[in-house]
Amino acid sequence: MAEFAQETRAQLVRWLLHLKREPFNMAFNLVNPVILLIFMGGAFQGLAQDSLGGDYRTYLLPGILALTVFGNSMAGGIPLLFDRENGVLLRLMSAPISRASILVGRFLAVNINTMLQCLIILGLGFVFGIRIATGLGGVLALLLIGLLLGFGVTVISLILAFILENHGDFFAVLGISALPASFLSSAFVPLDSLPMWMRVIAWVNPMTYTIDAMRSLVLSGWNGPLLIEMAIALLVFDTAMFWFGGRVLRRHLA
Amino acid sequence: MPEIMIRAEKLRKKYGQIAALDGISLEVERGTIFGLLGPNGAGKTTAVKILTTLVRPDEGKVEVAGTDVVGDPVRARRLIGYVPQELTVDPYLTVREHLRYYADLYHLSPALKDSTIREVVALVALAGYEDRRVRHLSGGTKKKLDLACGLLHRPPVIILDEPSLGLDVQVRRDVWSYILRLKEQRTTVFLCTNYMDEAERLCDVVSIIDHGRIAVTGAPASLRSQLKGDVISLRIASSEDAQGGNLKTLEKSLSGLAIVQGTVRDGTELKIYVDSNEIALPQILQSTASLSIPIRSITYSRPGLDEVFLHYTGHPFAEEREKDG
Ligand SMILES: Nc1ncnc2c1ncn2[C@@H]1O[C@H](COP(=O)(O)OP(=O)(O)O)[C@@H](O)[C@H]1O
Ligand SMILES: [Mg+2]
Repeated sequence: MAEFAQETRAQLVRWLLHLKREPFNMAFNLVNPVILLIFMGGAFQGLAQDSLGGDYRTYLLPGILALTVFGNSMAGGIPLLFDRENGVLLRLMSAPISRASILVGRFLAVNINTMLQCLIILGLGFVFGIRIATGLGGVLALLLIGLLLGFGVTVISLILAFILENHGDFFAVLGISALPASFLSSAFVPLDSLPMWMRVIAWVNPMTYTIDAMRSLVLSGWNGPLLIEMAIALLVFDTAMFWFGGRVLRRHLA
Repeated sequence: MPEIMIRAEKLRKKYGQIAALDGISLEVERGTIFGLLGPNGAGKTTAVKILTTLVRPDEGKVEVAGTDVVGDPVRARRLIGYVPQELTVDPYLTVREHLRYYADLYHLSPALKDSTIREVVALVALAGYEDRRVRHLSGGTKKKLDLACGLLHRPPVIILDEPSLGLDVQVRRDVWSYILRLKEQRTTVFLCTNYMDEAERLCDVVSIIDHGRIAVTGAPASLRSQLKGDVISLRIASSEDAQGGNLKTLEKSLSGLAIVQGTVRDGTELKIYVDSNEIALPQILQSTASLSIPIRSITYSRPGLDEVFLHYTGHPFAEEREKDG
């Protein structure tokens, strides 16, 4: 156990050093959320005022947070795929370490990074006058919900890092995953304004539960039933991903 | 009785239709440097991956320091230091961060970590570079760091896959001297190489591997001295021979001589294997004169590992390298 802690900490430190040395890699994932927040929030302000009866930027913030979490988690496996491609992974595997330390170290680093990015978005929102209805406690809750979504998505990304051939394929998957994940949810418009088929997909999309819960925290207040629904949905999602990931990755990291 | 630190028996490994290893067996004694010498694609890296627990053999047995590598890989990994063929250093870290990272992966205690890192840094002459980012190091220095990372846990067995591939002459010599120092410390070294001079200079025992099979094993000097005959290297002026026609003609005519056992053409050079250079040289000169082919130089030598390879595999080493590389 002490050995596992030592290995995992070493892996985590390596990724945090990457983050420290190349902070602009983080900016890469933040480009879309920031554009959405600043420009789209501004552009549809007038339009949305009537139908939603409030500040569209504030309305968008939860969707943007969820998108930030999704994007960063989904890209989280890429460095492991690079390690796989250039022989680093094999070298690590020749060391007397638990294979899980490679995954756990990366998993922790990705989610720490996600939290930092969420804080940046929330800070930027604050600058644009967005106020969270539930205050500081709400901010904490937003981060926790973000983590619940991020955990499962990170596992998907780790699986991709081991089952895809090369990083080209990975970037292709990344490119086509973010848009549907957010459009087929309640990220930009209320669910009941979507056509039926989209509503069905949105209903099984963990992003929807994330965003609905976040939105209530941002716009109105603590909504117990909604938070419980979200917690159940995301825990089911996470558990399923951990179970599936464990099966797949055990085979690929034998 | 010498202590056997690496023992492989009848290892086989197939990738699809290709037999990367076709039943190789070998033994390495403690404190010696063993070389697996062969052209690209011969199966060296496959053998290394099996020894380092990264690939399971289809058949055969492997032991490192008495531990069954297939049966107890976790234990075997603690006994082995492995430095792969390609660079595996992380450009974002500094040299020290890198060494600490590997020190943790090999579970060095906090008390030992820094002193061991200092020792290893001294061994591969990285002192002064500790706080540099790996990204800014030269290729040779990166390779030294890569080597250092494999030595941190002071393993009894070090496995190096083509340690001097692509290094310039000076770094190559440095790397050789570290390897020899490991041997002084009674570490057992298993190295793969594609370079005759590296095998000759470092290895106590060499196995020549070709197409997944070991052709011959022995000390480099004794392998060479067992070969009878001499090698004559003849070079013609390249401008005289744009299409290689002259050399081909010459090769053909020389092959007819009873004293010539074989020839290998490489660019503008022709290697002629003969029983005795005293008798062969006049005959060769006569042939070139009668074909009026101008010679730039002609030298003769005792067989080297090149000739050992040719003798035991039936084909030249360099030709294989051109084809695969
Ligand atoms: N993972 C692999 N998949 C398919 N073929 C492989 C794989 N690894 C090696 N080979 C093949 O096995 C043979 C031996 O390769 P290798 O052990 O890398 O040789 P060397 O290290 O001597 O250059 C080559 O023909 C190579 O193409
Ligand atoms: Mg190789």
